[in-house]
Amino acid sequence: MEEFIQNIVNGVAQGSVYALVALGYTMVYGVLQFINFAHSDIFMLGAFAGLYIASWLSPSLPPAVTVFLVFGGAMLFCTAVALLTERIAYRPLRKAPRLNVLITAIGVSLLLQNLGQVIFGSDPRVFPALIPTRALFGTEGIVINNIQVIVIFVSLSLMLLLNYIVHHTKMGIAMRAVSYDIQVASLMGIPSDRIIVFTFMIGSALAGSAAILYGLSYPKIEPLLGVMIGLKAFVAAVFGGIGNIMGAALGGIIIGLAEAFVVFYVSSSFRDAIAFGILILVLLLKPAGLFGTVRREKV
Amino acid sequence: MSVPKQFLIAVAVTLGIWALGWVLEENINAYYLRVIINCGIAIILALSLNLVNGCAGQFSLGHAGFMGVGAYMSAYLTSVVGGALWTSPWGVGAAIITGGLTAAVAGYLVGLPSLRLKGDYLAIVTLGFGEIIRIIFLNMEVVGGARGLPGIPRFSNFFWVFTWAAITLVFLKRLSESSYGRAILSIREDEVAAEAMGINVSHYKVVAFVISSFFAGVAGALFAHYQGFIDPQSFNFNRSVDVVIMVVIGGMGSLTGAIIGGVIVTMMPELLRVFEQYRLVVFPLILIVVMLVRPMGIMGYREVWHFWGKKKKLASGEGSA
Repeated sequence: MEEFIQNIVNGVAQGSVYALVALGYTMVYGVLQFINFAHSDIFMLGAFAGLYIASWLSPSLPPAVTVFLVFGGAMLFCTAVALLTERIAYRPLRKAPRLNVLITAIGVSLLLQNLGQVIFGSDPRVFPALIPTRALFGTEGIVINNIQVIVIFVSLSLMLLLNYIVHHTKMGIAMRAVSYDIQVASLMGIPSDRIIVFTFMIGSALAGSAAILYGLSYPKIEPLLGVMIGLKAFVAAVFGGIGNIMGAALGGIIIGLAEAFVVFYVSSSFRDAIAFGILILVLLLKPAGLFGTVRREKV
Repeated sequence: MSVPKQFLIAVAVTLGIWALGWVLEENINAYYLRVIINCGIAIILALSLNLVNGCAGQFSLGHAGFMGVGAYMSAYLTSVVGGALWTSPWGVGAAIITGGLTAAVAGYLVGLPSLRLKGDYLAIVTLGFGEIIRIIFLNMEVVGGARGLPGIPRFSNFFWVFTWAAITLVFLKRLSESSYGRAILSIREDEVAAEAMGINVSHYKVVAFVISSFFAGVAGALFAHYQGFIDPQSFNFNRSVDVVIMVVIGGMGSLTGAIIGGVIVTMMPELLRVFEQYRLVVFPLILIVVMLVRPMGIMGYREVWHFWGKKKKLASGEGSA
């Protein structure tokens, strides 16, 4: 029983990171209908931005300020890179066939990965322990540490904030309109380009914060860090029904839980396979994902 | 028209490849030969993926998985089972074909359920299957697991790689001119219309997928018997992406485009050596620029022989366009 609860805590903590990254995929897919492969590398850049900011800041600052600055800096940096890629690579292809945009996204992703390897070196780096880990709650079988609580708490609040933005602000309503039908939204006077930029901004800021949360819990980062996490986050987005924000959040947590249980009860070498296994099952049984709506193809 | 004539051409081409291979092996250094042979393997991969991505219009991101199935199956036969039978030239040839057939079976098993999906979903599911295939190899101790499988007989050479490339090219060209090929093309153009014309869309998609997997498996088997060593990392997502890039740069749906794409993508890292560590950065930049400037790829839907055909037609006063 203790193992079971322990796995649930580990799974939810890991899953919230997937969920935050998945939100970026699902929102961009919602408005542009394309898989932003570079999103995973934006996540990676966020982790490195955090590492560099933390090492530049003077150690005399109070820890709370450092953590706040690292979070803010990583989110800003991710947003800047995402806007740059959107402007240079994706916007000129707005009217191109979707496959071209997809290939371009893969190109941008490779570019960021390889650039990362040139700039940061390909060896793993140690992410600074901004918040020292200590067990909050420890009985014989269950250990819950402060980092896990912080990860779950921060991601939950960010998701609630996102939910507020999407459902209760003017920008959010415009975003939903664009994702429903970009042409009609433009005809109704919604500046679709600006909304797309805004979507990229929110998605990459979430990726930046997810990267810091990841760095706090697994303090080893490398330029290819984003690949697997990005794939799994995308799986989570598809699982929940791509374009659906609640679905992405829930999908991330379910994938995190499934991984924790597979690692514990089966074998850690099947850790990466489980996400894809779930994905294939879901798509075959319910092709639109858990909460997605089926769009009928018309002649 | 007559069969003996085609047979003679086939013999001539085979002899030509054999002679060229002999000349090259005698005269150029090992590094160049290695690049050329890698080009040959890439050509088979690009041609086979072109059938699914270019002709049928179904976006697959798991080609490396099928390549891996072929490589592992054939290498298992020649180096784990081994024996005089499998290590003889005929045995290795049979192992390569067995590798291709196993990959085709894998393609059938993967394609049957997943080809019901479309577009990005299909891309992600094939990606998922590719990764699962890789992780299965990672956990199969009989083929070395994560350590990889060493000691595979180095049987592939210029002759075998390019003979298989020629077989792939001829097979796919004949296929694309047959009623099967037309049906597959019609799916790309308009799936709903194709279905309304009585084409069994899912049947043809699976057929395209199985054929494509067979040749990917053969390419994998040739790769394994050229390198002498394989590990699951050789067949990861990046390899699948490389093949997609070959097809897209060459021009989706064009056989000669796939060949050009295969050669360019294989040569590029070698040609960019002057940039040293930055070559890994320059390559994706080129990809992005190609997509922005020439989205249809180098050849588009056209083939090299369309240019000759057009000239002939114009000369005889028939064609106009």
